[in-house]
Amino acid sequence: MNKIKISAKNIDVFYGDKQALFDVSMDMYEKEVTALIGPSGCGKSTFLRCINRMNDVIDICSVKGNVSIDGHDIYDKSIRVESLRESVGMVFQKPNPFPKSIYENIAYGPRIHGIANSKTDLDEIVETSLQKAALFDEVKDRLHQPGTGLSGGQQQRLCIARAISVNPEIILMDEPCSALDPIATAKIEDLMSELKKEFTIIIVTHSMQQAARVSKNTGFFHLGKLIEVDSTDTIFSNPGNQKTQDYITGRFG
Amino acid sequence: MFDASANLKKRLKSERRFQIFCITAISFALIFVLILFLNIFSSGYSAFYKTTIAIDVDYSQVIEDTTQFAAMSDDEINKLDLFRFSKKSIYSLFPDIEDRKEKKLLIRIFSIEYEDEIKQFLIKNKENIKKIETVYLTASDDVDQVRKGNYPRDLPEERRRIKDIQLEYYDILENNGRVKYVFNIPFLTRGDSREPELAGVGGSIVGSFLTIITVLILSFPIGILAAVYLQEFAKSNRFTDFIEININNLAAVPSIVFGLLGLGIILNVFGLPRSTPLVGGIVLSLMTLPTIIIATRASLRAVPPSIREGALAVGATKMQAVMHHVVPLAMPGALTGTIIGLAQALGETAPLLLIGMVAFVVDVPSSPLDASASLPVQVYLWAESAERGYVEKTSATIMLLLGFLILLNLAAVLIRRKFETKW
Repeated sequence: MNKIKISAKNIDVFYGDKQALFDVSMDMYEKEVTALIGPSGCGKSTFLRCINRMNDVIDICSVKGNVSIDGHDIYDKSIRVESLRESVGMVFQKPNPFPKSIYENIAYGPRIHGIANSKTDLDEIVETSLQKAALFDEVKDRLHQPGTGLSGGQQQRLCIARAISVNPEIILMDEPCSALDPIATAKIEDLMSELKKEFTIIIVTHSMQQAARVSKNTGFFHLGKLIEVDSTDTIFSNPGNQKTQDYITGRFG
Repeated sequence: MFDASANLKKRLKSERRFQIFCITAISFALIFVLILFLNIFSSGYSAFYKTTIAIDVDYSQVIEDTTQFAAMSDDEINKLDLFRFSKKSIYSLFPDIEDRKEKKLLIRIFSIEYEDEIKQFLIKNKENIKKIETVYLTASDDVDQVRKGNYPRDLPEERRRIKDIQLEYYDILENNGRVKYVFNIPFLTRGDSREPELAGVGGSIVGSFLTIITVLILSFPIGILAAVYLQEFAKSNRFTDFIEININNLAAVPSIVFGLLGLGIILNVFGLPRSTPLVGGIVLSLMTLPTIIIATRASLRAVPPSIREGALAVGATKMQAVMHHVVPLAMPGALTGTIIGLAQALGETAPLLLIGMVAFVVDVPSSPLDASASLPVQVYLWAESAERGYVEKTSATIMLLLGFLILLNLAAVLIRRKFETKW
């Protein structure tokens, strides 16, 4: 088993007065895919957004508890959220490329972080990011055309390339395939098995089959609580909790 | 089987009725606009033309050798006293007139600036002035209106400003081919005047332009910054709610109140010069700001949150996410709002009356600190004047004002079309 990359302890999340997560503690391992499953509104996306502090954006949202990456508390006051997000990338449910060219979409991150020193560096980052996202061959002739003109699956891989461009260690994926057709989904899943060699991946998914296909560990959330977390094999073949059993056999959710 | 039931027939009938109501409403609106435009256009277009009458000027009576004019500076020519000479040139049209009163009436066919017009002709052509030149002088307003057919000749003489004998002179001149109807360039370049035939909108066009530029310079940056801060950065709490409500209220404040504010604060407390485009611009900015802020906030709100999240997720600071991605996408909407605000400001009269832009200004302003009129105020001023010449000039000014407003709104539409982004 790989070493622990992310460790969440006793996470409570509140939206105003409403509590969305209850005392969630979970470890996620380096260079593995961890899947978070559960019915809608169970808090799995909220938990995911705690890892790169995207919840900070929401005024009324407050997070209690402790999340550490490589032993560093990311909610510590000395942590700059911008540098945290440089090492924890995120891919969203709906592909959200910037309404700019494909090249600009990927060059944006490296440029604001000052990663590339020259135009050639930047060109190289754009190319390798696209290659890692398995998109380069499809778009190499039209790098300067709008990213919004690509198909849904290509747009999502463009967003993955954008996340990769700033050399993150962790990539968070929030239902990345829910807006895609099965073929595009298959491509992204293949891509994930490639990416996990280099990155730690946390994926929220609605599809239990997807979780079973891509992940090594799976956490099951229900009504804001983490019901069970174990290796994907165990969760799907021999879950320890009755609720997990009911969910994966399709009795609810 | 698929026959219309009684119920369906009723529904279809009510749908037809509804459409008829809608079409009637649109037709009414179109007819009113058409009547308005026709009315203004028919009474206003003639202001763009003026009547001129040719006289023969014997410049050799000023200086025997007319080639010497070339050596004189414009100033020197302007200083020449050509008053009697000009009068004599006009009398030469009808050498038989002896009676002083009749001579006076003949002079009155022309606009009072005939001496200046004769000088200006000299200055313009001083390089090769011939002994005798044909100079076209502006006719007086009365003659101008006779030429334009606005003056009923069959009124009894005592009820006309123009006398029978003057009409006689005019008809003779017309028959001799001395009357020429030309495009009225001075109308577009000169300032206001007490003589209707000499009055122009040049001063108010420039005044309006300077005012609008002041409004743009002040309200665009302030409006955009305020909107971006309120929409993207400010936490939503009681204080920001209070500000928001007040911005919306500000948009509904009657414009004359802003005029009072300008009079009370900007003129009396800060002591800025009254009647100037600068003060007009400041006052109108207060009016335009809410429009710009509300429009900009609406277009910021329309930018999908996923764009902000995308930028934040690669580690952009909030300001970078807003400035690099959100504001550029909201710009077309913000610009449209700004242009609509400017169009409102361009047509606004009431606040300008209070800060003294209603003054009678003859000179064309050259800076925002010169006293000046503006187009809508010029309409207001001329609409009150009795002379027939001002009536057509009022309509012509309205035509120009409407033209500028249509241009501005067209620009707003084009900008929106051009930069509309799809995501």
